[in-house]
Amino acid sequence: MEMPIPDAGVIARKARVVARLMDVLPADAVIHEERETKAYECDALTAYKCPPMVAVLPSSTREVSDVLRICHSEGVPVVPRGSGTSLAGGALPTADCVILGVARMNDVIETDYDNRLIRVQTGRTNLSVTGAVEADGFFYAPDPSSQLACAIAGNIAMNSGGAHCLKYGVTTNNLLGVTMVMMDGEVVEIGGGYMDAGGLDLLGLICGSEGQLGVVTEATLRILPKPEGARPVLMGFDDNEVAGACVSDIIKAGVLPVAIEFMDRPCIEATEAFAKAGYPMCEALLIVEVEGSDAEIDHQLNLIMEIARRHNPVELRESKSAEESAKIWLGRKSAFGAMGQINDYMCLDGTIPVSSLPLVLRRIGEMSEEFGLKVGNVFHAGDGNMHPLILFDANKEGDLELCEAFGAEILKLCVEVGGCLTGEHGVGIEKRDLMHVQYGAADLEAQMAVKDVFDPQWLLNPAKVFPLDASDARRSIALAAE
Amino acid sequence: MTVISEQELAEYVASVDKPVSVRGGNTRGMAGSGEALSVAGLSGITLYEHGALTMVAQAGTPVAEIEAALAKENQRLAFEPMDHHGLVGSTGEPTIGGVFAANVSGPRRISVGAARDFLLGVRFVDGQGAIVKNGGRVMKNVTGYDLVKLMAGSFGTLGVMSEVSFKVLPRPETQGALVLQGLDDGAAVAAMSAAMGSPYEVSGAAHNPASGQTVLRLEGFEASVAYRIEELKTVLKGAGAELSVWDADATLDFWNGQRDVLPFHGADGDVWRVSCKPSIAPTLAAKAEPLARLYDWAGGLIWLRTTTGTDMRARLGDFDGHATLIRASSETKARLGVFQPEAPGVAKLTAGLRARFDPRGILNAGLMDAVA
Repeated sequence: MEMPIPDAGVIARKARVVARLMDVLPADAVIHEERETKAYECDALTAYKCPPMVAVLPSSTREVSDVLRICHSEGVPVVPRGSGTSLAGGALPTADCVILGVARMNDVIETDYDNRLIRVQTGRTNLSVTGAVEADGFFYAPDPSSQLACAIAGNIAMNSGGAHCLKYGVTTNNLLGVTMVMMDGEVVEIGGGYMDAGGLDLLGLICGSEGQLGVVTEATLRILPKPEGARPVLMGFDDNEVAGACVSDIIKAGVLPVAIEFMDRPCIEATEAFAKAGYPMCEALLIVEVEGSDAEIDHQLNLIMEIARRHNPVELRESKSAEESAKIWLGRKSAFGAMGQINDYMCLDGTIPVSSLPLVLRRIGEMSEEFGLKVGNVFHAGDGNMHPLILFDANKEGDLELCEAFGAEILKLCVEVGGCLTGEHGVGIEKRDLMHVQYGAADLEAQMAVKDVFDPQWLLNPAKVFPLDASDARRSIALAAE
Repeated sequence: MTVISEQELAEYVASVDKPVSVRGGNTRGMAGSGEALSVAGLSGITLYEHGALTMVAQAGTPVAEIEAALAKENQRLAFEPMDHHGLVGSTGEPTIGGVFAANVSGPRRISVGAARDFLLGVRFVDGQGAIVKNGGRVMKNVTGYDLVKLMAGSFGTLGVMSEVSFKVLPRPETQGALVLQGLDDGAAVAAMSAAMGSPYEVSGAAHNPASGQTVLRLEGFEASVAYRIEELKTVLKGAGAELSVWDADATLDFWNGQRDVLPFHGADGDVWRVSCKPSIAPTLAAKAEPLARLYDWAGGLIWLRTTTGTDMRARLGDFDGHATLIRASSETKARLGVFQPEAPGVAKLTAGLRARFDPRGILNAGLMDAVA
């Protein structure tokens, strides 16, 4: 993966930059010794590593503003970091950058049940947002798999989704307001405790902008009352295509499950060996979950099972209790870990129209043979968000490159059938150079124009999202301006 | 000018040398100054995959055509876009492009989201005539910046939409309503808040002080609706109101009227739309001293009918929300501004975006400008 050549001029100014940062932050919030900055050398896309020049851990919006003002005046690139769980390399540093970590900013500022919202500092983890309100019967809906660790800051940067977004939407649908610090240190407030901020939808624009427009330090999030209950049904099919048709029929029937998860045979086999969840050995497995009172759940599950029966399932297992539900979810939740037991893997994130599911799965199977790499599929079938896991051996010469080439082919296929490169992980560096596949020059130009407005010097997370050749001229201007 | 293809639209915008007033059916009273540029000629449903809950349509497609196609598959636009004809006294055919350009969301916004939450992809022509696409036709998409959201609610000031793709939802089996009679504004908002804070999935919560009715809508399978109405009665038994239940037909009639602000049709005065934190709504409405008021979104939306020319923003002062002038004379709109002025930091970003997407300032000029 190509990254821009670090700016030697910036690195030469390191001592001065550190001294200035020390002026505005406590000493333990400025990390500049090489053995310590190494802790920030990568995120969850561990194939790529580069220690930053400096890492800072501010504790307030004011401190974030001070840091950005200094970096702005010194011409130092800044890479914002939540918890470092990005699978796309969104928080990958460059050798000339300051990593701005929000991990120390994890307070709950306000909970307001009358208006069904919570305001938090963005270093707070996703799950602990729900943790702050669940005793009172509320929850925060977006639930990315990394929710135990991932920060709201990163959720906003990547517009994170999760298994339950079929019903509740992704981050952008649950975000009411932000406090954001611009690259020059200016603090702006967008939205608030009400629906649909006035004027242009800047909130929608910021969400998913991968830390390139500003650093969000506080967020007002919509919270929802917990449903009375939820239970899944597990169904197995001996054909991917039939499982895909079943998903489509469930959706058409007017039942709106909170989640429809899909696993294929390689994934089922790996998961069974690892978690022993008692899954049937078949070509495709669906987990469909619905919510409501017991009677409502029974009614919906019956409708769903009636549809499933028309597709001759090899297994149909309705959960009748919390224990049975946990067992059904156990395998799905262990899927990534199970694949990781077998080998290193790369997790893709393309989205496709649900109708293309059978075709795409068949093509992935064929490509798996062509490239000689195994692949397991586990994904959110209700919304077409796929997660092919390609297995490779990081210690084997050329295997990573082969895996990346295979991944790129899968993503091109996703775009070809009317889908997109990434449904919830973000572009980062991982899919940066594939953006040409989905977008033409004018499309990329319109997006980069937005960054020009928010960050004219292109100092915030500059080498991400846009293909390097497309953003080169803009990033060079920033360098030349020094 | 009525264009009939995206290419023609692009060529026209590139060559035009004066401001253009961008419009679909021009039914919402929200066009800017200049020569009319209508996209009504860009019409037709391009793709409808009901098994994937998605539709793609040209921007000028009539909303009625879309709703009819959806109804055949027992689906709908869940965000319940209002029809502005009766409120603003317009004629013409509402278009799907207009719905998204104005981010028109009805009472169900509180449970399923706004129009912008359903918009999946756009094609548009920017102020220099470049054709741009963003998003797509899948429900989850974080590939690059979300210009889809930016275009929703931009009222044609950043570009002229030529095609939209959006998510649709199944139509529920039935609906019903629990009606609370006799609450004052404060008690009504508190009751609506309690209902929204319950797990019973209220999909509409409105209060009309004139009729004294607070109405809570429930939708879904028949047994489920009946069950949830009973549970809600328990939640609200301390509210001090007389409770009654409406059947599906009465519920549908009421919410169609609520969506279109029916109580204000044919009545004099200006109309303001205030989006606010629900709990402050009764205080705000009192400050407003309106001729009439109507609450929606469990208090998060207040419709105010006022004496013509009233500067509502001056009356309301600073608050957590914003006020939009929906119906007034063009003189009043010019004097007060249609949209709430933005704080300087945000205004700078807005101005920057408009300068980049429409450097000549020709698209719906004046419509979203702050009043000097």
